[in-house]
Amino acid sequence: MKFRLEPDVRPVVTSALALSGAVGVFALAFGVLAVGAGANVWQACALSFFTFTGASQMSAMSVIASGGTVGGALGGALLLAGRNGVYGLALSPHFKGSLAKRLLAAHFVIDETTAMMMAQTNPRLQKIAFWTTAIALFSLWNLGTLLGALLGSAIDPHTYGLDVGFSAAYVAMLFPQLTTTNGKIAAAGGAVISVLLAPFVPIGLPILASGVAIFVGLRPRHETASA
Amino acid sequence: MNMSWALVIWLSVGAYAFKMFGFVIIGSRKLPQALSRCLLLIPAALLAALVFNSTFTTGQSLALDERAIGLVVAIIAAWRKLPLIVVVILGAATTALLRGLM
Repeated sequence: MKFRLEPDVRPVVTSALALSGAVGVFALAFGVLAVGAGANVWQACALSFFTFTGASQMSAMSVIASGGTVGGALGGALLLAGRNGVYGLALSPHFKGSLAKRLLAAHFVIDETTAMMMAQTNPRLQKIAFWTTAIALFSLWNLGTLLGALLGSAIDPHTYGLDVGFSAAYVAMLFPQLTTTNGKIAAAGGAVISVLLAPFVPIGLPILASGVAIFVGLRPRHETASA
Repeated sequence: MNMSWALVIWLSVGAYAFKMFGFVIIGSRKLPQALSRCLLLIPAALLAALVFNSTFTTGQSLALDERAIGLVVAIIAAWRKLPLIVVVILGAATTALLRGLM
């Protein structure tokens, strides 16, 4: 069977696959870290399949790893998941289709699919960008998690510094958020609040409380965003 | 450890609810600009909080130990734009090495 992509579709598909490959490697790290935090292989895989939003999954597992409760883990993780709601708002006007199709597409509304879809202007390419990224990324995210979880079951988390592995992953995810002044202020505020509150409130709550730093976004806009 | 299926289920239900809320329920109506700006700052505030909280506290006490050095190495690696997996390995390996020495 001969399968050829039209010239304008090819770059969209190529970048979707490259992005998904990189995310697959991140999934490998998530699998190892989740098992190190006390999840079993099935729980790690279920998170990647059903929750399917990386930063929230990582956040929940690191609160559990440091001894927090389920409630404490959920607070920060759900706050992080909230941004997918904003992405949904941005994508929705460009999406035609039945309710059933929208309900399915909603599961795939994350950082990467939003970025890939919004990078296109033509509706046909937007649709291709969204679905190619969704399918490739979802497949590799779940495969990477399974492999990582199996690998992680074989090693001791403390000896291998996996707790710092979590932080290192967040640092890499944080850098792209620091391109605007508001991003820098929110990050600095979140960092300070999360450490200063720690002695006074239950584990996990400082992470949730650091969310107040986002209200820096309310200040009148002087700058033009550089990102 | 407090890991449980309840966490997996609640997080999955909650995450899907957010995704669906913007995409299906609100549809093409618009949120106030200031609110959208705030919501998009969530990753900056929370990721920074996760990094500093998990590096400088143990349970409910403040702490300064080998994790801080691992973090510095990870920050340098991320600032040099190294791939995520390399940043993770450098941060974890530095800490592991120091734990082996101390």
